[in-house]
Amino acid sequence: MNEKVLMRGSHVIAESAIRAGCRFYAGYPITPQNEFTEYMASAMAGLEDGTFIQAESEIAAINMVIGASMAGARAMTSSSSPGISLKQEGISFLAAQELPAVIVNTMRGGPGMGNIAPSQGDYFQATRGGGHGDYRTIVLAPGGGQELADLTGKAFDYADRYRTPVVILADGMMGQMMEPVVLHKAVDPAELPPKPWRLSGAAGRPSRYIRSLLLDIAQEEERNWKLARKYDNITREIPRAESYLTEDARLVVVACGTAARIAKGAIKRVREIGLKVGLFRPITLWPYPKRALCELSRSVREYLVFEMNTGQMVEDVKLSLEGRGNVHFYGRPGGSVATPDEIAKVVNSLYHRQRLEEES
Amino acid sequence: MEKKVFERPRYLKKASTHYCPGCGHSILHRLVAEVIEELGIGERTIGVPPAGCAVLAYDYIDVDMGEAPHGRGAALATGIKRVLPDRIVFSYQGDGDIAAIGTAETIHAANRGERITVIFVNNGCYGMTGGQMAPTTVTGQLSTTTPGGRVPLRDGYPVDLSEMLAVAKGTVYIERTSVTSPKNILRTKRAITKAFRTQIDGLGFSLVEVLSPCPTNWKLSPVEAARWAEETMTKTYPLKVIKDLTGTPGQDGN
Repeated sequence: MNEKVLMRGSHVIAESAIRAGCRFYAGYPITPQNEFTEYMASAMAGLEDGTFIQAESEIAAINMVIGASMAGARAMTSSSSPGISLKQEGISFLAAQELPAVIVNTMRGGPGMGNIAPSQGDYFQATRGGGHGDYRTIVLAPGGGQELADLTGKAFDYADRYRTPVVILADGMMGQMMEPVVLHKAVDPAELPPKPWRLSGAAGRPSRYIRSLLLDIAQEEERNWKLARKYDNITREIPRAESYLTEDARLVVVACGTAARIAKGAIKRVREIGLKVGLFRPITLWPYPKRALCELSRSVREYLVFEMNTGQMVEDVKLSLEGRGNVHFYGRPGGSVATPDEIAKVVNSLYHRQRLEEES
Repeated sequence: MEKKVFERPRYLKKASTHYCPGCGHSILHRLVAEVIEELGIGERTIGVPPAGCAVLAYDYIDVDMGEAPHGRGAALATGIKRVLPDRIVFSYQGDGDIAAIGTAETIHAANRGERITVIFVNNGCYGMTGGQMAPTTVTGQLSTTTPGGRVPLRDGYPVDLSEMLAVAKGTVYIERTSVTSPKNILRTKRAITKAFRTQIDGLGFSLVEVLSPCPTNWKLSPVEAARWAEETMTKTYPLKVIKDLTGTPGQDGN
């Protein structure tokens, strides 16, 4: 039975993870995502087959997740920016050992200790692998609300299907906001597809191992190509984006996550005064929805990228458009959150500067 | 009638090891395989090899194995054991792995009383990387990064991790042995058996520290290396039962 409930964002992700069959969570206290860890502590305690561990460090937490994933569990950890940096060693191992796991990053202002306000400063870290070596992680950017529930389930499905770590990029604002959501039906972990590769003890079969060390150069090269082929499949199969009021748009704002929500408010305002402005919101940040964005360039020339950083996703927008449009940027880094009015002003001034009102 | 007195243990793969002549790892791998066979746990044991010379342990020990990042063995083993509590989970770690980069993971897994078994191989140096100073390098010992010998107030004192772990309430059984003589090898085997039993009985964290020669990096012959371990290393790391709360008889019936 689907239930509609009023919940804060971090609890929606945590509850949705459990409903998706996650039975192992390890985490470490860090603001602004402690509600997440605390929710997991209570929820796992209520499950006979659930494990919650407050780890001694972010590094230990991600390594516990590696072990749980090797043993076949749907496993998860979460943190915020500085903590995610510490987990990168483990994320690289998950990618190399082809282990599924879900990692939630409730991004905060950085670099360094930064602050605890909402940010999108970790875009590069998330979408370019993050740790050492030649790999990618699937990166999902929910827009908040219902999508937090929907994408959390998807994150576990993608992780298992592709045997790869999946990062959910949220921020402090999304985590705190209370919104109505319809939670998904709970999945029985026993009903999930079996993992024939897992470590369980070699009963009635030859022993197996999971490793990432490949001293033989030819083998390591082949592993890299194998991962690359997998990433090609992912790039073909799962890119996702939302287009909002783009049909007649002369200017399209490109933004993700909380920034997209703010941009939507701005677009509603400028639409009221007759500006033809739309929104393109990538939902998968890796793979980036390049094709969908590129198709927009048939009818749209001007793009405004709005991010809560000094300009990271803007590179993916340029790479996607390959010169088929003028790309402008507006950013608010360091935990500053722009208002819809502020973005509306930026849009309005760009619209007129480019003389878009004169186009027929 | 012929009687077979020596054979390859069931859980040791038919492979030549990459270990140097006189290295303790090959002996220790064999002991682990023998104990797994004797306890009848080969089909439900999962091992966690480290970064270091023993990273290839999965090429030799014939049970399921999951490689850990450097030093993270105890955390990774925790994850496996919590998901599969009826399996027997052990990590196999060197001194640099467990007592330097992995100190936090080890101490906290021990303190949580994780039902895992740790085989801690102490050869007083970073073997695979070429003989740098390890946390366990003894005072005055030469290494590639202590060319004049280890000086405590510059390089730190030798770390006695096993004694430190004994303080943690979650640890049940900790013993230090060596593989430098037949007698010590037999003691090591008994210790490993007891450590696995501790886990099988669900009592808590168990660890066996094994002093193990590294002739290549110590720049000694295998025979000299075994003697050096016995005569010099044991001054800093005496062979003994460090902690035993199992309530079962220990070595020598104590």
